Amino acid sequence: MANKLESTKFGKYGGQFVPEVLMPALEELTEYYEKFKDDAIFNEELDYYLRDFAGRPSPLYFAKRLSKEYGVKIYLKREDLVHGGAHKLNNTLGQGLLAKYMGKKRIIAETGAGQHGTACAMAGATFGINTEVYMGAKDTVRQRMNVYRMELMGTKVIPVKSGSQTLKDAINEAMRDWVANVETTHYMIGSVVGPHPFPTMVRDFQSVIGKEVRTQIMEKEGRFPDSIVACTGGGSNAMGIFYPFIEEDVDLFAVEAGGSGMKTTDKEALHSATLCTGEDGVLHGMRTKVLQNKYGQILESSSIAAGLDYAGVGPELAYLADIGRLKPCNSMDSEALLAFHDLCRLEGIIPALESSHAVAYVRKAAATGELGDIVVINISGRGDKDLQTVMGMRK
Amino acid sequence: MRISEKFRQLKGRKEGALIAYICAGDPTPAATKEYVTALVRGGVDIIELGLPFSDPVADGPTIQAGIQRALEGGMTPDIFFRTINSLKLHIPIVVMTYYNLIFKRGLEKFAKDCAASGISGIIVPDLPPEESDELLQACKENDIDLIYLVAPTTTKERMDRILAEGTGFIYLVARLGVTGVRSDVAASTGELIKRVKTNTPKAVGFGISNGQQAARIIRAGADGVIVGSAFVDIIAKGEDVAARLEALARELKEGAEVAIN
Repeated sequence: MANKLESTKFGKYGGQFVPEVLMPALEELTEYYEKFKDDAIFNEELDYYLRDFAGRPSPLYFAKRLSKEYGVKIYLKREDLVHGGAHKLNNTLGQGLLAKYMGKKRIIAETGAGQHGTACAMAGATFGINTEVYMGAKDTVRQRMNVYRMELMGTKVIPVKSGSQTLKDAINEAMRDWVANVETTHYMIGSVVGPHPFPTMVRDFQSVIGKEVRTQIMEKEGRFPDSIVACTGGGSNAMGIFYPFIEEDVDLFAVEAGGSGMKTTDKEALHSATLCTGEDGVLHGMRTKVLQNKYGQILESSSIAAGLDYAGVGPELAYLADIGRLKPCNSMDSEALLAFHDLCRLEGIIPALESSHAVAYVRKAAATGELGDIVVINISGRGDKDLQTVMGMRK
Repeated sequence: MRISEKFRQLKGRKEGALIAYICAGDPTPAATKEYVTALVRGGVDIIELGLPFSDPVADGPTIQAGIQRALEGGMTPDIFFRTINSLKLHIPIVVMTYYNLIFKRGLEKFAKDCAASGISGIIVPDLPPEESDELLQACKENDIDLIYLVAPTTTKERMDRILAEGTGFIYLVARLGVTGVRSDVAASTGELIKRVKTNTPKAVGFGISNGQQAARIIRAGADGVIVGSAFVDIIAKGEDVAARLEALARELKEGAEVAIN
């Protein structure tokens, strides 16, 4: 058992901090994942869905006018063009297929803004698996259209009324459901978070992003970029684009949500910058950096981008930050909005507010030279879902 | 008082143990003193006090609400240990909390604070044996029992490891799911009691709320029952709380006693 424990961690982070009831399910999932991740038939089927259903590969687009404006050569990885409008489908197709191979009759998931929930609904419909999604009651109101999208695809959306009624509570509730129905149900976590094997598995399914970038940038530039910039909440789009470059001489920037300022009280943080300011802790089955008070109570986080609004972060990102392999940084709500408008106006691309945080960091860091000459920004999703928020800010 | 000593006493008297859970600080730290006293009057053998955590994934709506009230009432780990210290009970006290609160305080310090305030055991529902080596060490150094949970899904390999490491009592999770009152006793409960082969006392929790259920579980071979949500429900209703806690404790204890005779 000692050897097995080693592989569940990234340095001191990760692990399996879950109720005993779930341990056999995690063992089963690990076993199946290890069995199929290099299986030719599984991967052929997954590639088929990624190509013909999701629309991969997504383009790597040279953003000419934005490059000129910011003074650095910028390529955009267009995950916003993936079916559903975000990178989330890469993971749900992978896990959905695995659930099918495992013979699970039901999928449950949590969702914040509804992007992961929507991607689950798509995977659930495609694979014909009954899907239920937990969503904070507050989020179901803020993101009514996404609730309706999920329902159209046959997914049941369950509003969560406990706690702060947002993503963190939706995860708690999904875990409670899983504890009760573990034998028939697969819990489809939407980011590189949670107990082992989720952080590893979700990273691997999302790595398709970075693998494509490797090929695409070589075609266009004949070399790797100097830096890659990705927004980071839980961190799945970041790990997905970073991971295939870990061994390369490429600087990695994880841009967190600076919210309305880097302040915290005993109960809440005005931001979601976990890598930047979080402390070692245990949340949602993993040891990682966590926004918490001096007693270890989890703080309510905050961001204009619901998809970044999370008090934890993937354990592998915490590890990579500790060893200096990636640089944690952040953009505030107001900076993300400016970058959002830049991309709309200059490139005709409406990015998600989440992805706008990455753009915003390039906006302010390009001049310092720390990004080098060629930078790839992961545009993890499109911004149609955010139009109401942006319109509200203009008033 | 050590937990093992309590179970030895009860065994001598041929009684099943009643372990009662309430959340410390629900709804105020002062109320906890009054409620614990009432439970002891009702015949409770071991008091299990929840140290409230903001994100209790193993708990159902009833106990979540209790935790919420306690946090709003200002309960913190510092106040928790002071409150326990002032109880001066003659029965064992067990703390139930989530790992992050222990981790943040420091495992050593948490175990020391437990020992100093008269706590005999720790239950951590989100800490499986794979992750518990360090806390187990800290507990051993301070003569505190680390109480492990086993579930109907626990495999034989895991069961063997848990039974080898667990002290105090083994907490049998009666059913899949979170804490909360249920009207029936799951069929899987009896099977689980039979599967847990150990000399360490076995206590069954999750879903038990009345004397009949308690009796059935002791008759099925358990050494004790753990009741939480039914007590927390009484606190939530807020009427005549102390008297009703005492009455429910008495009913459950009678169920647990009658069973062995």
